[in-house]
Amino acid sequence: RICVITLAEAHPLLQSGKTITNINYQISANCSRLQNKVSGKSKRTRLFIFQMQGAQFLTELAPLCRISSSDGEEYTIYSCIRGRLIEVNENILSNPALLQEKPSTEGYIAVVLPKFEESKSITQGLLTQKEYEEVLLKRRSSAS
Amino acid sequence: MSSLTEKDRPIVQLLLNTGTCPRCILRFCCVGSQMLYRQPHKDLMKDLQEFLKNSQEKEETVCLVVADPPCKRIRLEHREGGADDLNHNGAVPQLPSAGSGNTAMESSAGKVCNVCLGVLQEFCEADFVKKVCQKVNSADYQFTSFVFSVSLPPQLSVRERAAWLGVKQQMRNLGLPLAKDDIIQLKEAYKWIIHPQLSEELGVPADGKSLFEVSVVFAHPETDEECHFLATACPDCFKPAKNKQSVFTRMAVIKALEKIKEEHFLKHFPCPPSSPKNLCDALEIQCNNGAVFVAGRYNKYSRNLPQTPWIIDGERKLESSVEELISEHLMAKFKADSFNFSSSGREDVDVRTLGNGRPFALELVNPRRIHFTAEEMKRLQQAINDSSDKIQVRDLQLVTRSAIGHMKEGEEEKTKTYSALIWTDKAIQREDIAFLDDLKELKLDQKTPLRVLHRRPLAVRCRLIHTMKSEYIDEHHFRLHLKTQAGTYIKEFVHGDFGRTKPNIGSLLNRTADILELDVESVDVDWPPTLAD
Repeated sequence: RICVITLAEAHPLLQSGKTITNINYQISANCSRLQNKVSGKSKRTRLFIFQMQGAQFLTELAPLCRISSSDGEEYTIYSCIRGRLIEVNENILSNPALLQEKPSTEGYIAVVLPKFEESKSITQGLLTQKEYEEVLLKRRSSAS
Repeated sequence: MSSLTEKDRPIVQLLLNTGTCPRCILRFCCVGSQMLYRQPHKDLMKDLQEFLKNSQEKEETVCLVVADPPCKRIRLEHREGGADDLNHNGAVPQLPSAGSGNTAMESSAGKVCNVCLGVLQEFCEADFVKKVCQKVNSADYQFTSFVFSVSLPPQLSVRERAAWLGVKQQMRNLGLPLAKDDIIQLKEAYKWIIHPQLSEELGVPADGKSLFEVSVVFAHPETDEECHFLATACPDCFKPAKNKQSVFTRMAVIKALEKIKEEHFLKHFPCPPSSPKNLCDALEIQCNNGAVFVAGRYNKYSRNLPQTPWIIDGERKLESSVEELISEHLMAKFKADSFNFSSSGREDVDVRTLGNGRPFALELVNPRRIHFTAEEMKRLQQAINDSSDKIQVRDLQLVTRSAIGHMKEGEEEKTKTYSALIWTDKAIQREDIAFLDDLKELKLDQKTPLRVLHRRPLAVRCRLIHTMKSEYIDEHHFRLHLKTQAGTYIKEFVHGDFGRTKPNIGSLLNRTADILELDVESVDVDWPPTLAD
């Protein structure tokens, strides 16, 4: 099952007042998420397997990008999903506002494809929308 | 056409003595008269024996042929042969077993041929022909001709070479010249003998181009290891085997025999070859009919029907499929083993196909029935249409293999028209969507849709929306008719697929748009030919 990584509703970057100054897909000296080799011309399925082998494999804590805001903060966005990196959203590089205006659609961060065998266990480890809202509620009530 | 002459005598003698059957002997002597081979085994044996006896009584002539002219030829050559019999020393060559005609016959009678291993012996007899025809008749195929294909064990090529080298050696020892003629191929001679018999029994002619194939596999496990010595002489001919199959395939053995040096062969294999204990086994007699192709166009009226069976982890997720609904009846009527369904593109489970429908071609593999009139095809079409309201077919007809090419062309090159029911989040007025009608040849950049990324490679495709026509419904809905290039993802053009299809209806209208319903209105291919109702 394909996974689209987006900013969570409660992420600081999506709270009012934050302006994004920079989005950087260069994780380290040797690793840029932009250089993920998953491009091909053929629509034949055979090539698909070779493409997958070239793609970067991510663990839950693998950083996808670093986002800087005007107030000097820097946020690292982690994959949170184990799987192959299919693509990162280059549209937010040219238009960072997209990330805040449409975080769940056009402002997505990356697309990750988990291993077939792990698909079920990964899905089961995620929260539903309802469960997430309950977490947020609990967080806010304990904070106040 | 040549028949036995004096120069053949030592060859015949040697081969007969060492256990070669009469028909193989004729082959080695380059006898090209098909009729001769069809003579009964016993008669051929007798004739050969007489031919040999003749070496002592040169006045008599031997007629080995049924018709007259070749007989005269033998007589003539015999007389001329008198001078040729002398080698350059002037002495008459002594045949090692002169006058041993009888012994030769005895030693060969009842023995399995050391070259053909019985293929040109027992497997030419009426009993075997009957066995083959019984298998064919019980398989209940419809056919108007047949092709008979035979698979021979590779060691036959080895033995053939061994016999030939034995003959070569013998002729050298006798100081006789050996013309390098092409000996008659075993398979060819076999077909000369068996085709007329099969033809008679089955009532149809043999035809190399026939789609109906009767095949027999011969094996001779007793001598299977005879090929092994070739691996030491030509190791690069024998590639490692896949799936535990023998490395010593027919092709590999023939290749090695072309490479191997005569001395090496003589050292490792008895020339001429020894007599085997047993006949070949006829392992399998199989029948196969070439595939037939049925084409047509289908309409899909259900929004809950996949094109191919939808099965995950052995569990069927949705009942039936387009291909099953179409192929079920055809498989039964044509009595085929299996089918391959292809179409000019396809639609999603929830998309209807209206208009003239989508062209499809169904390959029926190994059909038992192949003859259907136009009337019968019409009835078949009706039966399919009566059996389901989810699909309907039209223009159902028999076509040739070129059908597949037409399918591909239709899928990749021909335009399609669609009708989409679109929803928008923010309100729209008629004026807001009117401009869509004026957009011609709109260029799209579509990344591989997320919904298919798990099975398709990531790529960007450039596609054209040729024309559009909008139909305002209300503030949040309108219908859009589009004519697009082959391979355009319509749903993604409407909702934008996370911004990965650009432009999209959402970006064009500056709203969030989604697609509620999609119908294929036409697939613009003029194949298969429309049939009159």
